[in-house]
Amino acid sequence: MIVAKRKPIEEIIEEAQAYEKILLLGCNECVTVCEAGGKKEVAVLASALRMHFMNQGKDVKIDEITLERQCDHEYLEELRNRIDQYDAVISLACGVGVQFMAEKYMSMPVLPGVDTCFMGVTEERGVWSERCQGCGSCMLAKTAGICPVSRCAKRLFNGPCGGSTDGHCEIDKDVICGWQLIVDRLTKLDKMDDYEVLMPIKDWSTERAGGPRKVVREDVMQ
Amino acid sequence: MKTKTPSKLEKILNAGHLAVTSECGPPRGSDPEAITQKAELIKDHVDAINITDNQTSVVRLSSLASCIHLKLMGVEPILQMVVRDRNRIALQSDILGAASFDIHNILCLSGDHQQFGDSAQGQNVFDIDSMQLIQTVRHMRDEGKFLGGDDIKRPPNMFVGAAANPFADPFEIRTPRLAKKIEAGVEFIQTQCIYNLDKFELWMQQAHDRGLHEKAYIMAGVTPFKSAGMAKYMKNRVPGMDVPDDMVKRMAGVPKEKQAEEGINICVETIERLKECEGVSGFHIMAIEWEEKVPGIVERSGLYPRPKV
Repeated sequence: MIVAKRKPIEEIIEEAQAYEKILLLGCNECVTVCEAGGKKEVAVLASALRMHFMNQGKDVKIDEITLERQCDHEYLEELRNRIDQYDAVISLACGVGVQFMAEKYMSMPVLPGVDTCFMGVTEERGVWSERCQGCGSCMLAKTAGICPVSRCAKRLFNGPCGGSTDGHCEIDKDVICGWQLIVDRLTKLDKMDDYEVLMPIKDWSTERAGGPRKVVREDVMQ
Repeated sequence: MKTKTPSKLEKILNAGHLAVTSECGPPRGSDPEAITQKAELIKDHVDAINITDNQTSVVRLSSLASCIHLKLMGVEPILQMVVRDRNRIALQSDILGAASFDIHNILCLSGDHQQFGDSAQGQNVFDIDSMQLIQTVRHMRDEGKFLGGDDIKRPPNMFVGAAANPFADPFEIRTPRLAKKIEAGVEFIQTQCIYNLDKFELWMQQAHDRGLHEKAYIMAGVTPFKSAGMAKYMKNRVPGMDVPDDMVKRMAGVPKEKQAEEGINICVETIERLKECEGVSGFHIMAIEWEEKVPGIVERSGLYPRPKV
């Protein structure tokens, strides 16, 4: 999933204070799972903002809607007939949703309510961690299913740097060394010989470096 | 055996002498004397001098410019190059820049993560890794071609080195990692500072068992402690460093005013012991901001005078 975290309330207030009719727009997908921008978080933020504006003596209308998704036209279209009631939308979807909402409703200010962080997993309730950077050319078959692009702080392809200590990365004792994980898995799979195969220089043109990306599938286009 | 490059370091190693290198960190400013004065202190006692490349991710005068200052004073430089800050365009360009000044040695490194330095909020690059930088320099030199495939007019002519840390984890891949660097084309290795001699000798034994010491020259890295505090700091705070407890105790066991001398003694004893270790082809003395001690260490270790080649 795409993992996001709530923005500090002060930052949201700063963004929102110019407006009087605000729609808080949640998303029922990834940001619900990572408890940053689902229905529950929309309600919590709405209460906080109402209280803030009340204390300021400002009459601000704050409505709450949570869509099934904000990254598909059909769900964003559900707002078509009611969007004019508002003078701003705070979207608690990931950066994808915020942008798609902004593209669709050109004259409506759309503000982000979360900071979008990474593609990752729920390690345990309240702990999410990164697994993929979407490099566009998956090499997990060669690295025992552990990704050196997303899990090594230096995205090294041919083994750990000299800073790997007791299974931890040199940048932080709380970060696991991705190459330790790869070596552990290769050992378990009895494939340590694979470690000595030199990984070729990566083609980064399928990654962010190649510019904004697009996948086009003519076979499924209507 | 015939040498492949005009590198003096390669000639000395090839002739079977124990080579001696040291390193200088460039200044945090543009005064060239900060480099040339350090080099002046050690130039007669070492065969070549490494210039670090923004070590610990702190912005400093560039490694390449510093190497040029050494070259102009007749000292043989080893250009350290990290892949942290430059993509393949900039790396190849700087290699050519160095080659244009006839800099004949390069040390290919990953580089410390930027969060250790003064630019923790900066981007890193890591377009290629240190292993692939070794391949890149060898490709440019041996094939006379850029990574993109075009021919290079007057290709670089560099003796290609890399670092090895026998003490980092996971230990079981430390020898395979050395083998991989050799497979990538590395010709000399300078190791991380050695304090745990038993572990180093075990690593060398494993390298020896695979014949790796015959495929690349391995230079043992040493760094003298200035104080017991430094020994403790190296043990506890520097990633990938292995300082045994008894060495920290030995430093702490002498009065403060004698600790620097004790640090030098340990360094000389380390060199003396490792001279007997099969596969060790030389020593890399990293006296961090303590360059004036290098000549004494070299002399006391019986490595002076340096051979003329």
